[in-house]
Amino acid sequence: MSAPRAMSGVEPVLRAPSGISASLRRIFALVRRYVYLLRGSGVRLIELLYWPFLQMLTWGFLQTYLAQTTNPYVQSAGVLIGSVLLWDILFRSKIGFSTTFIEEMWSRNLGNLLTSPLRPYELVAALSLWSIIRLAVSMVPVAVAAFFIFDFNLLSLGMALAAFFWVLVLTSWALGLVAAGVILRYGLGAEELAWSLAFLLLPICCVYYPVSVLPEWLQPVALALPPTHVFEGMRSILLDHSFDPAQLWWALALNAVYLVAGYATFSWFLSRARANGTLLQLGE
Amino acid sequence: MTVNHNSDKPNAQREIMNDSAGNIREEQLDRDSVNLPVMVRGLTKRYGSVTAVDHISFAIEPGSTVALLGGNGAGKTTTIAMLLGLITPSAGEVRVFGADMSRNRYDVAQRLNFQSPYVDLPARLTVKQNLTVYAGLYGVANAAERIAYVAEHLQIKTLLNRLTGKLSAGQKTRVGLAKALLNAPELLLLDEPTASLDPDTADWIRRKLKDYAQSRNATLLLASHNMAEVERLADRVILLQAGRIIEDGPPKALVASYGRETLEDVFLDLVRGKAKRATAETTPDPLRNGP
Repeated sequence: MSAPRAMSGVEPVLRAPSGISASLRRIFALVRRYVYLLRGSGVRLIELLYWPFLQMLTWGFLQTYLAQTTNPYVQSAGVLIGSVLLWDILFRSKIGFSTTFIEEMWSRNLGNLLTSPLRPYELVAALSLWSIIRLAVSMVPVAVAAFFIFDFNLLSLGMALAAFFWVLVLTSWALGLVAAGVILRYGLGAEELAWSLAFLLLPICCVYYPVSVLPEWLQPVALALPPTHVFEGMRSILLDHSFDPAQLWWALALNAVYLVAGYATFSWFLSRARANGTLLQLGE
Repeated sequence: MTVNHNSDKPNAQREIMNDSAGNIREEQLDRDSVNLPVMVRGLTKRYGSVTAVDHISFAIEPGSTVALLGGNGAGKTTTIAMLLGLITPSAGEVRVFGADMSRNRYDVAQRLNFQSPYVDLPARLTVKQNLTVYAGLYGVANAAERIAYVAEHLQIKTLLNRLTGKLSAGQKTRVGLAKALLNAPELLLLDEPTASLDPDTADWIRRKLKDYAQSRNATLLLASHNMAEVERLADRVILLQAGRIIEDGPPKALVASYGRETLEDVFLDLVRGKAKRATAETTPDPLRNGP
């Protein structure tokens, strides 16, 4: 190697490290890292579309078959497909949040990130923003395909769809924060949690059936979960052509509580990881 | 002045402040700590019954290159990680440019950087993408120019469009160093900076580091168990054993005081309990910043 020359030349022009614009800059810098990752991998892109598309096809054909029966519930247009698409918003957003966080651990990059000026809440904001971008990449083409294949228009849910979307996404972030915290503390051995945590909600938040199906003692638990109100609301729109907005407010209020609890859990596990010295040992 | 670097007494740090010579008072030290790149007082890290770092105290002057030297498990990496805020101390205090790292580390995070073999840059991003992301995180406004300059300086220009995960160990080290120099840190923390490198590349990296420190009056703190590296780079050595500071001084002075040929001889004697000083006490006051 040639002899080194003196390190003078282009000086870095450093922007102010604090304030909202500094925070936004760091959040977008990290999101850019995830964009690079997705852009550089066709396999990841295909994977983003593959599972939601497969789900939509399976449930769409089931709905088509059941529509030939005399049951008015299953005859109603798109209840099952609607359930699948809305469930996928929750599930994909949660997975997007958690796996992106795990990606930092797989690549042993967390030490670099946590010693940089990036604040933990900025890391969470970047993961949240990225989960929405991933969701758009995976769900928009699938929703369009559902329209062409099964004549189901997700937009037929009207303005409520936007509210449903946010309720589900906010819940997914709360779940993602808990999963990320646990993985941070217990390492990649707890990785399975990132995948399975959302499934815990599947039977309780009544994705495919009304709350009244659940045993009475379980119904208050279901109603304490924000997604339950989304699925109940969706069925109400598609079957009865009516919708009670109070349900959405209730769901959003519940989400606020879960998000605060999720962030507190993440922060607590992060402080435990710092105390236990596990941040330097994380990786594949 | 002789100072006990480690003590089981809870008020050990106060003892250091109020030494018999009375040269350094605590208030003065707090005032000065704003200008000191690193000040550590009574730093301790325990994992259950195991004490990884045991009441160590030292301060580092601006522009100096200090090596934490010790065998495996001596507490070097833990100390560096506590300085970076990656590990929370069980007791004691870490100040970097006057900021308490357990509470206000973001006040100074932009003024430091680090490189370690224990962390990687994302393997599936190109070198340029990684450097662009970190330039953004460190608030480098002229990222493209700075990356181009650092890349040329560290001879990684041809690697910029290659995937980071496909690089050799030596190339990865240079890329890691490029990331660490993007913000031209006033304090650069390095954990085993030349581990697993061939002698030529290791020597090249050392020259780069020395050049960087000299040209910018930057402060370097490196953890190493490579004696030759430490002798070559550091103007002060803090020798750790079982989490305690057992020696602290300029490498040449340490070698001379023990009447040995090399720092490695001194180190081996000390860790094997055979060390015997040939001259008077050379250990400097850790809070008066060594040489």
